[in-house]
Amino acid sequence: MSLHLILQNLANGLSLGSLYALIAIGYTMVYGILRLINFAHGEIFMLAPYFLYYGLLIFHLPWWASIIVAIALTAVTGMLSERIAYRPLRNSPRISVLISAIGVSFFLQNLAIVLFTGIPKAFHRPTFFKTIYQFGEIRIQSTLFASVIVSTIFLTLLIYVVYRTKTGLAMRSISTDIETSRLMAVDVDKTISVTFAIGSALAAVGGILWALRFPQLFPFMGMIPGLKAFIAAVVGGIGNIPGAMLGGLLLGMSEILFVAFFPALSGYRDAFIFAVLILVLLLKPDGIFGKNIQEKV
Amino acid sequence: MKKNNEKLFTILALIVLGILVYLAENNLDAYKLRILNLSAIYVTLGVSLNLIYGFTGQFSLGHAGFMAIGAYVTSLLVLPPYYKEMIFILEPLAWPFTVMHAPFIIALLLSGLLSALVAILIGLPVLRLKGDYLGIATLGFAEIVRIVANNIPQVTNGALGIKGIPELSNLWWTVGVAVFTIYIIKGLISSSYGRALMAIRENEIAAEVIGVNLTYHKVMSFAISAFFAGVAGGLFACMLTTIDPRAFMFVMTFNILIVVVLGGLGSITGTVFAAFLFNYALEYLRPIESGFNIGPIVIPSIPGLRMVTFSALLLIVILYMKKGLLGGIEFSWKGLAKFIRNKIFPDKKSSEGGTV
Repeated sequence: MSLHLILQNLANGLSLGSLYALIAIGYTMVYGILRLINFAHGEIFMLAPYFLYYGLLIFHLPWWASIIVAIALTAVTGMLSERIAYRPLRNSPRISVLISAIGVSFFLQNLAIVLFTGIPKAFHRPTFFKTIYQFGEIRIQSTLFASVIVSTIFLTLLIYVVYRTKTGLAMRSISTDIETSRLMAVDVDKTISVTFAIGSALAAVGGILWALRFPQLFPFMGMIPGLKAFIAAVVGGIGNIPGAMLGGLLLGMSEILFVAFFPALSGYRDAFIFAVLILVLLLKPDGIFGKNIQEKV
Repeated sequence: MKKNNEKLFTILALIVLGILVYLAENNLDAYKLRILNLSAIYVTLGVSLNLIYGFTGQFSLGHAGFMAIGAYVTSLLVLPPYYKEMIFILEPLAWPFTVMHAPFIIALLLSGLLSALVAILIGLPVLRLKGDYLGIATLGFAEIVRIVANNIPQVTNGALGIKGIPELSNLWWTVGVAVFTIYIIKGLISSSYGRALMAIRENEIAAEVIGVNLTYHKVMSFAISAFFAGVAGGLFACMLTTIDPRAFMFVMTFNILIVVVLGGLGSITGTVFAAFLFNYALEYLRPIESGFNIGPIVIPSIPGLRMVTFSALLLIVILYMKKGLLGGIEFSWKGLAKFIRNKIFPDKKSSEGGTV
């Protein structure tokens, strides 16, 4: 394979990976705190581009305003889902919460069918995002730059919030021990709400960038990216934020490179991803960057 | 109540069930039979998932994968050879599959056996994982099965799926398999193997210390569970008469998991009840989205409203009935006798000192 093709594929992998990283954060933060696989996260991701679409189309908001509104609405939906469906089950068996998450996922998907209909909608990108830059033989869409730059900004912000602010300290303390944190006067419910808001807002950013890259909206669009971002979170070590980012990048890269190197096997792309997942789990069950916790007897 | 009496009651109940199935087969229309068949298949699926998750405590999300294996094996075996030539348009069917043909029961058994074999192969490495990690790995396995099915058109007809499968699954088969599944799994969990499985669920390390072979018991439970999932997949294919890889997405596993959790983990009675309730609720909610009138107000038809209502109901049940729909009760003749005695002669109990 020639050099420029490799570079081209690396660029594509980087941009896809940064989207997975944005979505994976939500999974990993929620898992870190509640030990819950939030199966509804993919649906949260799907809602954001729809909010943006309607903000532009019906309310004729300018681009920047609709994006802010869409991110805010998605964050509120994420918080509401936690408030309604997960908080009352805080002391229930974990499987109940998981089923509740599946219920929320079904609910949001079908609510989207009711509200937005099941017919796929074409997402009209501003001309800026359709521009293609030519670097020698490498052609790069401006969305690719946008996704890498925007995700870098948001992920840096997130790292700042989690590791340098009081709310972040509360989050990390809850993920270590929820009961002790409560005793230390950490407002557990509020912190969990904030966690959901941040995770959903990042998923919203990911969803909007996704729609700019693949401009078609349909109510089930969150399922497969959601599942893959979740895998990215697991591969990176679930509960670990830098792990989720790197897991996302790795996943995006390996997905693109697998197809680039084995074009005949492109139908098996997702199977390859799942096989990698199972291998990582078997060899390093806590993920590449996961904490290795010794089992206590 | 004596053991003999219990056996007698069970046989009587089975005869009554047989009569009901006979009446249903002869009197109900195709639509109603379809719901009953689907519910019975869900009983098999739910009870088998309950074995590995509810009784052994191993979080498996691979049921859709085993169903897919069973569905494809059964379809390829029961389809008449001349018909196979007609439907495999993209790529001709590969050699051994073109001539293979077997009666329904053999096809179902082979489906189950192949699923169980795959379960042993995948289970040996994967069942070392615990909790959510096991769930994720098995979910990944099920997705791999689906993707492979999508990519080998010379065996599965790829994304087009297999059409025109003979409609062999009637109530005799679906209910029969469900009863057989319950019989086998109930027998298994009341045996010493069952005790070992439950010991693993409660505490793996303690179970290992008292001499339970973890790998053997986990893999056995996983394989038996997969066997019945495979058989159910075969029944499913011969009920729908058409299958394609999309039918076996992870949503299918979620449906079965919902049935098991709603019925109460580790309760076979609950699973049976929830399986029927799940399918009937989905059907009874159908009129909601086809439009209706409330007095003078005309509600137009809104696609998707049925599932919105359904998932809202599911959330309510999960939030307010935390122990499952039946609260984890298990049916037994003894329990029924006790219940009837307490209901009919409530005061006799106190005079006898309450030893029931």
